[in-house]
Amino acid sequence: MLPIYGADIVQNLPQSIDATTALLASEGYVADRALSTLTFLSLTLNRPIFLEGEAGVGKTELAKVIAQGLGRDLIRLQCYEGLDASSSVYEWNFASQMLAMRNGAEQSDLYSEKYLIKRALLQAVEPHASGAPVLLIDEIDRTDAPFEAFLLEALSDFQVTVPELGVIKAPEPPIVILTSNRTREVHDALKRRCLYHWVDYPGFEREMEILRARLPEVNDHLSREVVSFIQRLREEELFKRPGLAETLDWAKCLVALDVVALSPDVITDTIGAVLKYQDDIAKITGGPATRILEQIRQDMQAL
Amino acid sequence: MADAAGRLPDNIVYFVRALRRAGVPVGTAQVLEALRSVQLVGFTKRQDFHITLRAMIVTRPEHLLIFDQVFAMFWRDPDFLENMITNLLPVITAPPVEKPMKPAQNRAAEAMAAGGGKPRDAPPKEQLEMDAQFSHSDVEKLMQKDFEAMNAAEIRQAEQAIGNLRLDLPRLAGRRYQSAAQALRIDRRRTLQQARRSGGEILTLAKRRAKPRRLNLVVLCDISGSMTRYSRMMMHFVHSCAQARGSDWAEVHAFTFGTQLHNISPQLSIKDPDAALAAIGQHVHDWEGGTRISASLGVFNRDWARRVLSTPAVVLLISDGLERSGLAALEGEISRLALQARELIWLNPLLRWDQFSPQAAGIKAMLPHVSSLVACHNLDSLQDLSEHLNGRRSVDHKARLLRLLQ
Repeated sequence: MLPIYGADIVQNLPQSIDATTALLASEGYVADRALSTLTFLSLTLNRPIFLEGEAGVGKTELAKVIAQGLGRDLIRLQCYEGLDASSSVYEWNFASQMLAMRNGAEQSDLYSEKYLIKRALLQAVEPHASGAPVLLIDEIDRTDAPFEAFLLEALSDFQVTVPELGVIKAPEPPIVILTSNRTREVHDALKRRCLYHWVDYPGFEREMEILRARLPEVNDHLSREVVSFIQRLREEELFKRPGLAETLDWAKCLVALDVVALSPDVITDTIGAVLKYQDDIAKITGGPATRILEQIRQDMQAL
Repeated sequence: MADAAGRLPDNIVYFVRALRRAGVPVGTAQVLEALRSVQLVGFTKRQDFHITLRAMIVTRPEHLLIFDQVFAMFWRDPDFLENMITNLLPVITAPPVEKPMKPAQNRAAEAMAAGGGKPRDAPPKEQLEMDAQFSHSDVEKLMQKDFEAMNAAEIRQAEQAIGNLRLDLPRLAGRRYQSAAQALRIDRRRTLQQARRSGGEILTLAKRRAKPRRLNLVVLCDISGSMTRYSRMMMHFVHSCAQARGSDWAEVHAFTFGTQLHNISPQLSIKDPDAALAAIGQHVHDWEGGTRISASLGVFNRDWARRVLSTPAVVLLISDGLERSGLAALEGEISRLALQARELIWLNPLLRWDQFSPQAAGIKAMLPHVSSLVACHNLDSLQDLSEHLNGRRSVDHKARLLRLLQ
């Protein structure tokens, strides 16, 4: 496998912030100025992006969109507690090695690439035909401090070490995106090596734009109602406030049910797409939902 | 770099200095990177400049507001900020940054005023001699004496004893492995290495087992008026647990509640127990006031539980449980807390009375949901906590009280 980096492939990186916004928009991702700037800087300076924020605000989506927009491979490492080198970097294929040894293979052959099972981090530092891949390290807060410390080396030098083979260094640094739901505070040492961005819930206008870009089949009146309702809901004291993913899910549900406008009954039937805790559902369904609906109707008429 | 951008690098350095004074930690490497990125983005739009600096410098959401305020002030008129920064500190600083200094300053001032005498908190030397004089029965008495009935000297000794208290804690099987002589799992990698040495024959199977891991500790301590006499001692206990982080516990998070919930974990990392307690005293404003157990637990469940209980944790609830209103809500919150904790242990000083019966409505509501109930009015009872954590219940207050309720 030879690295074939044509000049044209490397050149397809956006050259300005506006070009970055356009690139993301072409894949249906509506980014605000801050996120576009961050993405532009990350691509130009080869620094990882660290996205933190509530669940369902489009953190993971950014990685997918960048990979698609630039035509790069996407390598995803889903973090969990107890994640270690054998499930994140590499593992030796013990059974094949054993068989080879029984068949009298040369000792030096036992640790060749043939028996190496490559995991996400090793895949990310290998040459790729389409250019450096996008490495998504998802929900880093789910893993523990020792793994974070391990990542420090991998992310600052873009290299991993397999003791039997030596150091494997990326010919071109991958585009790295880390996400965290902040269920745990990630160590500053890791964040300092990244471009940090706190992803907040989108405002009304941007959420409308996103809904239009993602689900053009939803009529304008219904979108307006859905977005206003969700925006109001986020002001309530809830255990888990609905994210952008919930807005999109809900709109999809309503379209599937051929709903043209919200009504208290429709809300009660479909609230499960928006609120995911029993306490929250009990708090909102019935009176409060009707009240919020009346309020947004009044506001929309006032406009 | 300086030639290309004129005075900009200087200004960015000054800006970072202002930020540091406002309590945002910024490393030199970050400043260099920030200079590079500003050049890259160009200095045409104020908004882009703002976003670029912020992405390079801020690493925590709570610093975003400070950054924005300092940015707004500094790039309007740097000199103005230089002059104002000292006055502005209380407004824009995150409180924990400056506060730990205060007790030290006070103590230094006191030390000077006392004519070079020893600071108030330095451990008095004669204490050690007294310890040596203590007979076995004296120690026994101290262990069993109610904190409330102790005199100043005894309290001092009890505080020291708490400082040395080590709990015998259960360990969990982790998801990483270590090699072991006797275990069930085969260490394939080492087995292969050994087989290579013996010419491809597997003579022994190398074994490995799950590496034990420590639990997290979360403490919720009631500091309302009815707990006055115990809350100081409990703070010493919590501090001693927090100092054993890494050896006894994986991580320790602590909160106080009276009328409000306060996170005191940052203050607990101060080594000296008296300085730590002084810092907590400055951070927490509702000492010895009323109590709102249900509301405080509600805030904890909503804002903190997902952050501190995401890994297996023991929750210690230190409270007398004297809540009179909102019992349905209290029951809801305590059951939610119990569901998220690996174990919810209630430390209640009221158990010092043998005849104690759970008549208070708050206690009735909370009792069924906790995994065990332990007394905490003397040193002996704190030792009992070890037993409960290991599942040995010589004295089962919960079962006894539940029987009384029926």
